[in-house]
Amino acid sequence: MTSRDQALNAPAGVEPCAGQRDGCERCGGLARERFPILRRAVHGLPLVYLDSAATSQKPEQVIAAEARYYREHNANVHRGMHALAAEATDLYEQCRRRVGRFLGVTRPEQVVTLRSATAALNLAAGGLAHRLRPGDEILVTGMEHHANLVPWIALARREGLVLRHLPVTDGGELDLGRLPDLLTDRTRVVALTHVSNVLGTINPVAEIVAAAHRRGALVVVDAAQSVGHLPVNFAALGADLLAFSAHKCYGPMGLGFLVGTPEALAQLEPVEFGGEMIETVTMDAATWAAVPLRFEAGTPHVAATAAFPAALDLVEEYTVERLRTHEISLTGYAWERLSALGGLTLHGPADPAARGGLISFHDPQLHAHDLAQLLDARGVAVRAGHHCAQPLHRRLGVAATARASFGLYNSHDDVDALIEGIRYARSVFGT
Amino acid sequence: MSTGMDDLYREVILDHHRRPRGSSALAHPDTEAAGKNPSCGDELTLQLACDGDVIREAGVVTRGCAIATASGSILAELVVGRTLDEARRLADAFRAVLHDPEGELPDDLAPGDLDALLGVRRFPMRVKCAVLPWITLTEAVAARHEGRVAAETTTEA
Repeated sequence: MTSRDQALNAPAGVEPCAGQRDGCERCGGLARERFPILRRAVHGLPLVYLDSAATSQKPEQVIAAEARYYREHNANVHRGMHALAAEATDLYEQCRRRVGRFLGVTRPEQVVTLRSATAALNLAAGGLAHRLRPGDEILVTGMEHHANLVPWIALARREGLVLRHLPVTDGGELDLGRLPDLLTDRTRVVALTHVSNVLGTINPVAEIVAAAHRRGALVVVDAAQSVGHLPVNFAALGADLLAFSAHKCYGPMGLGFLVGTPEALAQLEPVEFGGEMIETVTMDAATWAAVPLRFEAGTPHVAATAAFPAALDLVEEYTVERLRTHEISLTGYAWERLSALGGLTLHGPADPAARGGLISFHDPQLHAHDLAQLLDARGVAVRAGHHCAQPLHRRLGVAATARASFGLYNSHDDVDALIEGIRYARSVFGT
Repeated sequence: MSTGMDDLYREVILDHHRRPRGSSALAHPDTEAAGKNPSCGDELTLQLACDGDVIREAGVVTRGCAIATASGSILAELVVGRTLDEARRLADAFRAVLHDPEGELPDDLAPGDLDALLGVRRFPMRVKCAVLPWITLTEAVAARHEGRVAAETTTEA
């Protein structure tokens, strides 16, 4: 059974977007009123935010929680005996437990609090360096974000490792037929994304984990695009290490996590050193604190940890299954309308249930940057460029794509605005 | 259009984008350079064929947005018949004026359609697109003067 079959489709029987007009087939978006930024105008027009894959917008309760932290609790964590220090530490540790619960992780020590998903992936790569020998192999995929590719490139260069990659098929999926050849006795790490930030493809992580584990390789998953958008259960995925960021999951910026099995985390050496990560320090020696604090040198973004649980509360209030249903509905509708426009190449799997809530596309007559610029003039925010995935764009044969991505607050009207915006852009260019 | 789109995508610009001048690779260039904008992946190659110091022919092959393509097309049109130093001075003047909201291109440089590109100043994200061919030109000229192979130029340098 693939992971896709297991958990990633919206389970049968999930309610459509009840309370919205006409249900999920044609809904007005969920919880829109809780996102104050959605009330602002851009160039005198209502904001249509279709860039949640870059960062999601933040609900009022997250903004309020971050502000409340600075108003009422601000202190440094894990040091100091005063009341504020205890409160700040408590909020910081509550976030760790909350994230663990959200992902089905049994022990809070399995959650390392960092500044970003990128930091988490750098810890995974850098932390494993001491376990790797020249000639050892790292297997990545052809659809990685630079955050889950460049740390491995740097590591391979430094340690004399061999970097291999699992290619992407013309249909935008991982070429699993190549997996048996590419996984060898020397493969030590397999690093892959859960959901492609360009293609939207949901990768069969559990299946790849099983194959990698048979070879004794450790699996690192980039879940930046999946957490909060589709059901993610750490144990069900079976990964050894999993990275994600709060800000793509309706939470604050400046906060990311590395979640791991106790065994995998025990293998990692710290990559940052300083206060809070030590146990004992003499003038010429130091020992590390226990996992996870040994990975959390320096003053962390405590305010963000105070705020992130409110974002997870929102997701759980609606349930991630329902948010997933909503994103499938929006993605399917957008795919249909973009296809009907004609002249666009849409990248990745056509089945909305096989992809995350985003669509990358390009118009051979209209460069993605020009398109995004003209969409912006209509208040429609999309991303244009290589989306930090240059090798994948090379594979797709395009320098840049435009990407529309969805969050719970997006509506079918937002998709309509996108389509109208593309028509407008084409009219300006006379195509 | 009230959002400056008519200022950014002036008809002259769109025309250069649709029918870029001098957009074929040259068979026998005397100097050439490649430029890229790492933040967006746009790339171009610029070639010059010269009679002594005078540019006889320019070839600018752009893989990029309308602004970069139009800027390369205007460049190819403007530099032919100029000396390498005159071309470089034009590049310097254009780059300077892009960062000066009130600045104008001196008439004695005969800037032609280049004026139409100044609309990008309202769109800081797009200045790099307009600049890309011109910084590549500067490198191609420098390489020619110094008798070396041009380095790849980037908008981040």
